This record gives sequence, C-alpha cells and structure tokens, in this order.
Amino acid sequence: MSTSASVTAAQESAVPAPGKQERSGARAPWPLLLPALILFVAVVIVPLAMTVLLSFHNWGQYTGIEFVITLKNWHEIWSDPYFYEMFARTFRIAGLATLIAALFGAPEAYILNRMRAPWKGFFLLIILGPLLISVVARTLGWALLFGGNSGLVNKALMAVGVIDGPIPFMFTEAGVVIALAHVMMPFMVLSVWAALQRVDPQIENAALSLGAGQMTIMRRIILPQIMPGVLSGGIIVFALSASAFATPSIIGGRRLKVAATLAYDEFLNTLNWPLGAAVAVLLLVALVLIIVGSNAIIERRYSEVFR
Amino acid sequence: MSRNGSIALIFHTFFVIFMVAPILVVCLVAFTPEGYLSLPTNGFSLRWFRTIADYPEFINAFWVSLWIGAVSSVVALLFAVPAALAIARHQFRGREALSALFLSPLMIPHVVLGIAFLRFFTQAGLSGTFIALLIAHVVVVFPFALRLTLAAATGMDRSVEMAAVSLGASNWTLFRRVTLPLILPGVVSGWALAFIQSFDEVTMTVFLAAPGIETLPVRMFLYIQDNIDPLVTSVSASVIVITMLALILLDRFYGLERVLAGHSDRGR
Repeated sequence: MSTSASVTAAQESAVPAPGKQERSGARAPWPLLLPALILFVAVVIVPLAMTVLLSFHNWGQYTGIEFVITLKNWHEIWSDPYFYEMFARTFRIAGLATLIAALFGAPEAYILNRMRAPWKGFFLLIILGPLLISVVARTLGWALLFGGNSGLVNKALMAVGVIDGPIPFMFTEAGVVIALAHVMMPFMVLSVWAALQRVDPQIENAALSLGAGQMTIMRRIILPQIMPGVLSGGIIVFALSASAFATPSIIGGRRLKVAATLAYDEFLNTLNWPLGAAVAVLLLVALVLIIVGSNAIIERRYSEVFR
Repeated sequence: MSRNGSIALIFHTFFVIFMVAPILVVCLVAFTPEGYLSLPTNGFSLRWFRTIADYPEFINAFWVSLWIGAVSSVVALLFAVPAALAIARHQFRGREALSALFLSPLMIPHVVLGIAFLRFFTQAGLSGTFIALLIAHVVVVFPFALRLTLAAATGMDRSVEMAAVSLGASNWTLFRRVTLPLILPGVVSGWALAFIQSFDEVTMTVFLAAPGIETLPVRMFLYIQDNIDPLVTSVSASVIVITMLALILLDRFYGLERVLAGHSDRGR
C-alpha cells in the first residue's frame, strides 16, 4: 500500500516535492494534518484492524460470533479445496482480463496518440468516458449482449461465421473475463497513454531516417518505451479485477464465486462474518504482496525510464 | 507524426465498437415498446421511463445518492484541503508515509473496506444509518479530493501570498482572499471527481446499505440480481445520460485529461 511504489506519470506527480522557497523544517504542520490523520486512524485503521481480529473469532450456527481467538477460519480456508478453487478462479479471471486489456488497450493508446486534433480528443472521450459511468450500468450492457443463447454477441458471431452454434457467455468465466476487460480497459489505455506522452517522436523519425522498417521501430523503439506504462496499467487492472464485485456477481451468477462475491455471501447470506473476514483479509494481503512485488520488479527493470 | 495505416484504423473501429456496444445497447433497450427485453424494432417508446415514477425505491435511491455524493465530497474537502496544503508546502518526516495513508483507500479493495466498515459501524451501533454511509463515502472519495487539491497547491505561485503577508494579512484572510481563490479550480474539480466516485460506488456501499438508505447503483445491483427487465435498463440509461452530461461539463470547464490524470490508478 505504498504510493512510492507507483509508476505512472500521474502517480509520480501525486506527492510532488515542495518548491525551493519552502521551509524544509523537520516539524510537520500538525494543525493542518491532524484532522485528516484522526479521521483516517478512526475510520480506516481501526476498522481494518477490527476486521483482521474478526477473522480470528469463532462462529457457530446458533451462537453467532464468539469472541475467542482461534485459527479455525484460516484452517478451513487452508484445508478446504473449495477455497483454493475459488481463489484460483479469482486470479485466473483477473489475469486473463489483464492480458486482454494489455493486448488491445496498448495498441489502441498508440493509435489514439497518432490521431489528429479533433478526432484524438473525441475518441479519448469515448474510450475513457466509460470509466465514470456506473459499473452496474456497464455490466448490465454485457448481460444484455450475452443474454442467453440468442444474445447479440452470439448472433453477430454466428452471422460472421466464426462459430456454428451459440456459446454460453452468461454464468461462465469467459463472460466474466470479457466484461471485466471492458470495465478495466480505460485504465490500461490511460496508463499507456501517459507513457506515450513522454516518448519523443523524434526518436521514431531518427530510426526511420536510418532505414528501420515499421516492425523494427515498433519492436525496438515504441514497445520498450511504453512497456512501463503497460506493466503499471496491468498492475492496476489486475488488482481491480481480482477484487471486482459487481461484474462477477451479475455475469457470473450465484454459482461462479470469486473472492469478493464469496465474502459478500458469507457476510450477508450465511452470516458467518469471521469466515468472510478471513477471505477478505487474505484477498487484501495477496493483492498487496502482488502489487508491491511487481512494482519493485518493474522499478528495478525500468529504473532508467523513470529517472 | 505519421498517420495511422488502414489496419490500425480497422483495429480502432472494432475497439470503439467494443467499448461503446454495452453502453449503447442499454440505452437502446430502454426505449423498447415491448413488455420484455428487446431492441426497439417497432418504434421508440418512453413507457419504461414513465414506469420509473411508479417505483419510489429508485427515485428515493437517486436522492440518497445525490445527497451522499454532494455532502461526502464537501466533507472530504474540508479534511483534504488543509492536508494538501501541508503536504504541498512542507518537507517533514513521515510526509511520504502520511501521503500513502491518505491515498490508501485507492489501493484497498472496496469489498475489504465494505466489510471493515460494516464490522466497525455495527460495533459502534451505527449500522444501517445515513451517517455511517456518509463517513464511509468520505473515506473513499478522500484520495480524489486530496490529489486534485494537491496538484493545484503545488503548481501555485507563492509570491502573491508573500505580498499579502507583507501587507499585513492575517492567516485567515490570507487563506480566504489569496490561497483559496488560487487553488479553487483544483478544489472544484476535486469535488466533482469525488462526487462522481461516490455516485458510482457500489461494492462498498452494498455492505452498508439498508432499506431506505440505498444508493442508486446499489438499488440497481440488487434489482438486477433478482431479474433483468426493461425497467432497470431505463434507469441505467438515465444514469448514463446524467453521467455523460456531467462529463461534458467537466471537460468544458476543466479538461477531462486533467481530471482523469488524478484518476489513473484508483482501486474500485
């Protein structure tokens, strides 16, 4: 959970160094900071600590939450293959959604960047705009497009002749992956776009004048320079996909559980709060480890790009 | 810069269709004259938009969303503006750690936040109240309010402030008459982005919602879980249109790129 591990241009400007004329005393301006700090300790750190504690409490069908310290929930998650399967599904879906977003989002950002004035802004609005539209509305759109065997996607695919019979998208992993890739796509485009803004177009021209072909320029000039953007976008998309709730819930239905929807079920249907808390804490820890780990690798690998 | 080739433009066309199709289909189905889900082939009808009026739960949820969004964004700014000024202008120990803490709601999955808040507010005896929902939203939108204010405060010219101080302005006058007007564009767009975030939030809110204090996305989500009918598409289409209008206004007055730059690595 560190911002210093950030890599995109926007993130780098998140905590800018103070200007030269500022005092650089070591004393923090507490009167300005204290209200926000108190707010965060009271309603972020304390609730999170309570959730971790909750995951160690016991729960009984008739007794409810018992305030004892036990490893029961953690043992259950560890030993029951159901949870292993569920977490594997969660990260598989997130990984595939990230892959699709990278494979299509990165080229699109490049194409957008080469467009001329009115079109550039127009298509940027079209592609990034959905970011601000409710995720429920966007997922509903996919539910309508998939809609059983006679959904529009199947009709279109069969009309083109790609498939012979309808393939099920609703309540399948494939459907969840496609819908998630759509929901997360703007983050990838935005991230690659930010990386492209730092690319000097003269380098491309220089390569061209030295006789490099289009493929060579793409592979040797463009790709290495936008790779940090693709990777940091990938981290964002992966983290958000692995903890997504509304999309897997609507497209995946009640049977195809991922971590977030399982935790929701434990909390609001089964009422086994301690087990739900353990699932949530595990998801948080896994994601933090993955994000911090891959950020460290990317920063080391591409340190020269960020200098 | 060279122009895009034809392959690139074909790719681009399919990409745009992919991005727009789900949103377009919601808006089209909303106009169906039939009683079931279908594309409007026999003319457009507003019957499903009129039907929304018969469902007070959607109307009520809309007002709850509007209130929660507006108030939580203001409250978040009350905390974020001083913090942003402190972080932008002072070099002190723990500055990085504090910024990380303030931006952490971007990184913590919202399902985890929802669970943590549900546990916390239940223990505090506030579960299912408007105030609990409000506090939770203040936390979630805080990073957006902080970021845009921080960007404005960092890029600000301090010489005007120094002139004001040399002319004998008090701290409060300095803030009210000089600093605040200078960072106002950042503060206003921070409010707008925070409002949109709050208005769209569903994952965390679904844990805290109770009958009567559901936000619109939560109401829509719970409705869709039971069944999908043209009614929920007309509600969604309305939400899409409202968001688009807000988007265009934001683009006109502030520039979408600047707003989205503050948006680029959030966690939903």
